[in-house]
Amino acid sequence: MITDDRTTDVSTTTPDAAGPPPPIRKIVVDAPPTVAPAAHTPVGHAATGGAPAHVRGEPGPERMALGGLSVFYGDNEAVKSVSLSIRLGEVLALIGPSGCGKTTLLRTLNRLTELTPGARRDGTILLEGTDIDALEVTTLRRRVSMVFQQPNPFPMSIFDNVAYALREQARKRPGRAVVEPLVEDALRRAGLWDEVKDKLDAPALRLSGGQQQRLCIARAIATRPEVLLMDEPCSALDPRSTLVIEQLIGELRQDLAIVIVTHNMQQARRVGDKVAFMYLGDLVECGPAEQIFDAPQAQRTRDYVRGAFG
Amino acid sequence: MLERLRQPWPDRRAELLLGALACAVLLIIVLMVVFVAREAWPTFRHNGLSWLGPGGNVDSQIGTMVNGGRDFHLRAWPLVWGTVLTTGLAVAFGLAFALLASIFIVEFAPDRLRAIIVPVVRLLAAVPSVIFGLIGILVLVPFVGNHIVTAGQKKSVEFVVQLSGASLLVATVILTVMIVPIMIAIIVDALYAVPRTWKEGAVALGVNRWRAMWTVSVRAARPAIIAAAVLATARALGEAIMLSMVSGSVGFAPNPFDGPLFLLEPLRPLAATIVEDAESLQAPAVRSSVYAFALLLLFSSLFLSLAGFLAKQPMKKYGARI
Amino acid sequence: MAVATRPPKRHESIATWRWGDRIAFALCWAAGIGLCLIAALIVGYMAIRGIQYLKPSLLWSHPSGEVDQSNSGGFLDPILGTVLLTIIGIGIATPIAVATAVWVVEYGRPSWLARAVESGIEVVAGTPDIVLAIFGLALFQQGLFGWMSFTAEGGAVFGRSFLTAGAMMSLIALPMVYGNTREGLQAIPRHVREASYGLGKTRIATIRRVLLPAVKPNISTGAALGMGRIAGDTAIVVVLLGATLRLESEGSVPGANVLKGTGSTLTSYVYNNSPAGEGNAAEKAYAAAFVLLLVVVALNFAVDLLARRGAQTGLEGTRLGAGR
Repeated sequence: MITDDRTTDVSTTTPDAAGPPPPIRKIVVDAPPTVAPAAHTPVGHAATGGAPAHVRGEPGPERMALGGLSVFYGDNEAVKSVSLSIRLGEVLALIGPSGCGKTTLLRTLNRLTELTPGARRDGTILLEGTDIDALEVTTLRRRVSMVFQQPNPFPMSIFDNVAYALREQARKRPGRAVVEPLVEDALRRAGLWDEVKDKLDAPALRLSGGQQQRLCIARAIATRPEVLLMDEPCSALDPRSTLVIEQLIGELRQDLAIVIVTHNMQQARRVGDKVAFMYLGDLVECGPAEQIFDAPQAQRTRDYVRGAFG
Repeated sequence: MLERLRQPWPDRRAELLLGALACAVLLIIVLMVVFVAREAWPTFRHNGLSWLGPGGNVDSQIGTMVNGGRDFHLRAWPLVWGTVLTTGLAVAFGLAFALLASIFIVEFAPDRLRAIIVPVVRLLAAVPSVIFGLIGILVLVPFVGNHIVTAGQKKSVEFVVQLSGASLLVATVILTVMIVPIMIAIIVDALYAVPRTWKEGAVALGVNRWRAMWTVSVRAARPAIIAAAVLATARALGEAIMLSMVSGSVGFAPNPFDGPLFLLEPLRPLAATIVEDAESLQAPAVRSSVYAFALLLLFSSLFLSLAGFLAKQPMKKYGARI
Repeated sequence: MAVATRPPKRHESIATWRWGDRIAFALCWAAGIGLCLIAALIVGYMAIRGIQYLKPSLLWSHPSGEVDQSNSGGFLDPILGTVLLTIIGIGIATPIAVATAVWVVEYGRPSWLARAVESGIEVVAGTPDIVLAIFGLALFQQGLFGWMSFTAEGGAVFGRSFLTAGAMMSLIALPMVYGNTREGLQAIPRHVREASYGLGKTRIATIRRVLLPAVKPNISTGAALGMGRIAGDTAIVVVLLGATLRLESEGSVPGANVLKGTGSTLTSYVYNNSPAGEGNAAEKAYAAAFVLLLVVVALNFAVDLLARRGAQTGLEGTRLGAGR
């Protein structure tokens, strides 16, 4: 992995007063990020400084299908009849201004909205053809994992954190010998193995913010879910950690379907294969990233991408 | 002169005065240890370490002292053992009960039931110990004496003790009920204070509600659970009035090897002994012995505070909230 | 707007849980329900017996002189005793506790001393009341404190009186008042103090004029809690107040003679009339215990009210609050 040691000279790009949208600022990290390549061949890197860091392959089979999904908090309709398809090998980025319902939509996918009193749902959500209401909710959440905005490692050791789901979900608590290889695999896929392999029993809360978030990702993927939901995973992190995690997403999508909510348009462009733009609960437009950002079809999308609001 | 007092005081003088009052608290503690130790010293000097050991009937020993005997001979083991038994059993059962009830309150209780339970816990915590003792001695003790203890059992030990129903069983049951509200208040506060993100994270990993609560919230609240146990132990150690009413007032050391009879045997913990011998303090031997009991209790509660503080330290590193 | 057709499934089905988890779930429910049942039984039983045996005449007639109470006499003196002891105890505890809390929060120099005082209060809070009682006896039997209780001709100080019992009761109430006051003071944001200092007020003036009025609800709550504990305490009364059923004054100075004298409180009355004491009048014991329970419940209720009112009329309601 080679990265150029250069920063874009911002002063040469002067924004036009009333013309084309302001250029996307490019920030390049000058030290090579420490994501281990592991078993996967790295698919493109930050050498090109901010351009999409992965090659978009063919999306795989459909994992989840949303049909006319509406979510109500009391009388307030937070999500209005959204239909989407989530496929293996594809990163679906949900973008939109605050309050547009993207986080609510995400949390509905693993029925986390049921924790909120007064929340109701309408429409269908299918996981591999099965209605998620027909599934036992704990089973659903093993197949659809989530990473939160604030890194939230449990107050345990690193090993215990990653092994947590593996141990708690089994009928009989598996021994350490059974769990160890799975933990190592998850940490490798999350790009954290090299940094923590010597201190697996250290408290997880001692890690830095970016490491904690990668630990949460490892924890979420340890049970080999089919879909990974990410709720603004980088918004609490510094740019270097953000970049590392974005690269991680690019590698992880080969085994998973990923849905990521982000308020950062540039990030959506970098990591997203398909982008869905939501506004006030409505799904305004959904399509490949290039289309949404370069040739949006709806006027509202055009305004948002241009920065006219949000 | 009065004028000077009326004018706003300079900060320095106010600080010194307030500080002196604050230090009065420390002074009281020092005085307490000094006075109690001074009064207790003669019996320790006479008996040495075997004061704590068994040997003879402690009641008759105290009896001879009350009657003016100058002999300081005392073997307080039955009293110590009685204290250990009641406190240990009550805290063990009480902690389990309080933990389960706290989890119920925080996680499983329907909203209306929760609104009832919280004031109920506060109410139970406020009930004076003499009322617990009254119910014990007028209701539970006769019940145990008449319905649980069989005539055969009574006969089998009648040369040693009377099985009247005032027993370890009643004492432990009531003491458990007395210390449970204290523990529930502390543990519930701690469980509520666990950050929501941890709970959400556990649930999002497909773990059921009980497991999420047990493996994450309870684990994070371990320092509070220890604090609750320490507080409850201190309370149980010092309980004098209720125990003197229901435990049998006999300086007998219940023998665990007696089988089921073990729970039905009477006893008398240290604090209860102090209350019952408080009238006879003119006799110097009694006085010294009673103060020795008090000293033992004092040191135990001091030690408990220290132990609780030390036990919480290693938990800090895992990020559990203190 | 679409009509919701599916009701939300809030609870996961317990059928999928492991056996151990299901047992734990059942135990939690059992503990919760059991707690309510026990409380209901205690309060209910006391209420039944109390109503059965409590006659209003008991509340204002003096205890008869005999040891056996079952035939005559009421418990006016014990009630007076409880009231008197509570007043003395809280009267001593509140100024000391508030002063200590103020010193720890506002001054607190040197810091090791402040921490020692904090620990000291915790030690006092954890000390059993019987130990405090015995200590009080040892302390107040010194000749130095002869003025507090009965002194015999030979110089032997009795050591038992309302004053001495009240002094020890104050130690029981002290941690409660201290804790609440300290929390209240710590909850006041810094900018309030800084505003006062900015106006040129000294620290003590700030405390007197600004901070203390703001924490009055906290002090009241702490005092109510302390009074509850004092009213319910028996051990100190039994040891330090002597065993006279009636108020027996000591000395000739009116007012002070009652304080120096002995008597009884509701708690010691209940204790003495139970089979554990000498009176052996269970009906009187039940009646007095019922009254005691009512007093304690009323105090508890007052604490709730004060706490809620304090929250409403906290700093936000004063002119110094943020929401003007």
